[in-house]
Amino acid sequence: MAGPAIFLIGLFVVVPFLFAIGLSFTDQRLVTPNPTQFVGASNYNQLLGLNLLPLEPERDAAGQIVRDEAGAAKYPAVRSFTRKNPDYPQYDGMREWFSVGVGDTQWVVLARDVVFMTALVNTFIFVLVVAPLQGGLALGLALLINQKLRGINVFRAIYFMPVVVSIVVVSLLWRFIYDGNSGLLNNLLKSLTFGAFPSVEWLGQPETALGAIIVMSVWQAVGFHMVIWLSGLQTISPTLYEAASIEGASKWQVFRYVTWPGLRNTAVLVLVVITMQAFGLFSQIDVMTKGGPLDSTQTIVFQAVQRGYGKQDISGGSTISVILFVLVLSISLIQRWLTREKR
Amino acid sequence: MKRRSLLLGATLASMLLSTSAFAATTLSMWYHGAGSDVEGKLINQVIDDFNASQSDWKVELQSFPQAVYNDSVTAAALAGNLPDILDVDGPNMPNWAWAGYMQPLKIDESKIANFLPGTKGVWNGQLYSIGLWDAAISLVTRKSYLDELGLRVPTLDQPWTAAEFADALAKAKASGKFKYALDLGTAWTGEWYPYAFSPFLQSFGGDIVDRSTYKTAEGALNGEAGIAWGKWWQSLFTDGYAQATQDPADRDNGFNTGAYAFSWNGNWAALGTLKAFEDTLFLPAPDFGNGPKIGAASWQFGVSAKSAHPEGAAAFIEFALQDKYLAAFSNGIGLIPATPSAADLVDNYKPGGPLHVFFDYSNKTGLVRPVTPGYVVQAKVFEKAAADIAQGADVEETLDAAVDEINADIEKNSGYGH
Repeated sequence: MAGPAIFLIGLFVVVPFLFAIGLSFTDQRLVTPNPTQFVGASNYNQLLGLNLLPLEPERDAAGQIVRDEAGAAKYPAVRSFTRKNPDYPQYDGMREWFSVGVGDTQWVVLARDVVFMTALVNTFIFVLVVAPLQGGLALGLALLINQKLRGINVFRAIYFMPVVVSIVVVSLLWRFIYDGNSGLLNNLLKSLTFGAFPSVEWLGQPETALGAIIVMSVWQAVGFHMVIWLSGLQTISPTLYEAASIEGASKWQVFRYVTWPGLRNTAVLVLVVITMQAFGLFSQIDVMTKGGPLDSTQTIVFQAVQRGYGKQDISGGSTISVILFVLVLSISLIQRWLTREKR
Repeated sequence: MKRRSLLLGATLASMLLSTSAFAATTLSMWYHGAGSDVEGKLINQVIDDFNASQSDWKVELQSFPQAVYNDSVTAAALAGNLPDILDVDGPNMPNWAWAGYMQPLKIDESKIANFLPGTKGVWNGQLYSIGLWDAAISLVTRKSYLDELGLRVPTLDQPWTAAEFADALAKAKASGKFKYALDLGTAWTGEWYPYAFSPFLQSFGGDIVDRSTYKTAEGALNGEAGIAWGKWWQSLFTDGYAQATQDPADRDNGFNTGAYAFSWNGNWAALGTLKAFEDTLFLPAPDFGNGPKIGAASWQFGVSAKSAHPEGAAAFIEFALQDKYLAAFSNGIGLIPATPSAADLVDNYKPGGPLHVFFDYSNKTGLVRPVTPGYVVQAKVFEKAAADIAQGADVEETLDAAVDEINADIEKNSGYGH
């Protein structure tokens, strides 16, 4: 019975994935007359390579640290170590990711691929914010609509609506909402503050772009998880609630000792699903920001597509996919372990 | 498979209709203009005329939306399903030729002797593609603005220098009449960045890649000239002359509603601007030291490598190169006709016509984008670097990173055959 399903999953999921693992160890290109060659782990080194460069402040002839008027020490340019400096071959071609000052020494963390590192960090921020926020909001909405009121289905439909609309359409609409000139959000904030609020280019500034995408993404998918919570709520036997009310439990006690334990399995499901979906963040980025401004919205999947397809570097894109797979798998396993039934 | 069934269909049809004893050989052709009625009519007219003009070949057209055209060709090439006649964007041609999607185009050289330089797709010393039109960019402004700001009208012989351009922007900003002095079109992401902005870099004396070898970008993109360009480019935004993040609506009608004093825009938008302001001027690019430069090369026709009938495909392309078709495309969609004699047939582009300057700009200041298979990647790297610098990233570091990425890509492709 499972034959066709296994065949299709094998053909469209397992085989391409095995291909990706294989290709990540080659120099495969999308368009090329050159033969494919095995290159070992160099794609992984290229993406994940990190190094530490201690920068000593510049000193004058007397050995005194050169300082400007504000007293800040002057450091040599990182560029002088990372570009064709025969004394430091290990730093060649790397770029500054970030730096930390300890005493007078500036510890510079160099990355071979700063853009990918930024994408990793952005994706993690996205997951860490979206998973609790979306899960919590969805639960709140589910509790609200899990009531026997006339017309409650209308509310259920309204909350669920954004899920049905294509994410590309939603992203396009939110681009107008976030517009810096006459966007809905700016106009709303202006009228609420009687014009005191200055126009903000929500998607055009590194400080606000990722936040704007997080808000929009939470709004878009919250309805989906609301429905899952709702189905969980409805599996809880009404007799438990009756018993609780006879015992005189407060609303909070009912939630804490009846509802929440009853939602245990649902909670695990919602958490795992949101985490996996959040790691796959792509469409919003592709439509709204293309990873900019200044890499503030780069994500892992966007980079995989950008490289594999846009820059015709199939091997680079495959490598990113494999890294993502390992990340998501290990995080899901950790989540499973943390939420396991304790006996 | 598809061709065979087409052939079979054609044979059957001819047998049923019992027309000529030998059916014409069918040539398939792909074009990027699906969705545009005018463009569809124009290309179909050429095909109908060609099919009627002789009995050996029959061209059949398949149109794709521009946004997915390149993807379709790549997919078809991987699947071994390319058509006979291909339509290719000029800067992409070397990539497709190198990858073995295209073969050299064998047409009579004398037929294209007077074509604009940007319309000829030459790679490795051979002609691969030819365009019926070119596109050009100018610095759009109004005579009244220049008079008001006390600026001279630059000409092709005496374009604005870097200092004069800076002065013009400063005066426009100081006048307080405009939202921003300069509309660069930063809202148009994608190929617009290398097409429109890399000529500034080339006028500074830098380039996306070292064209003498095409093996490195070191020194070309991050050399003195490149860094000078980067600092100037960044200053446009930090000095408040232009927007690093632009609303697409501002790009589309900002200049026409008086929001900008100058607009860096193509000939395709020129008629709309002329309609908005009668005293519109289309000025040549400023000269930053190495002459005024604008991007050249638009969509062109070529023959796919897998075509079994390259002579038929070439015959069609040669047929399409007639002045009347060049003029028809120009009249229909506003592009620059490829020859002076065709320009004479088009009211907008004939000498004295309102857009004639574009023909001269294309002819005298047009510079094709780097002619290398690696351009498709280099264009994306350049776009990101230009966008990042506009957003305030460190110029030298950004250009160094771009150079590293371009060089790594060239190396990964064993030098792209150069």
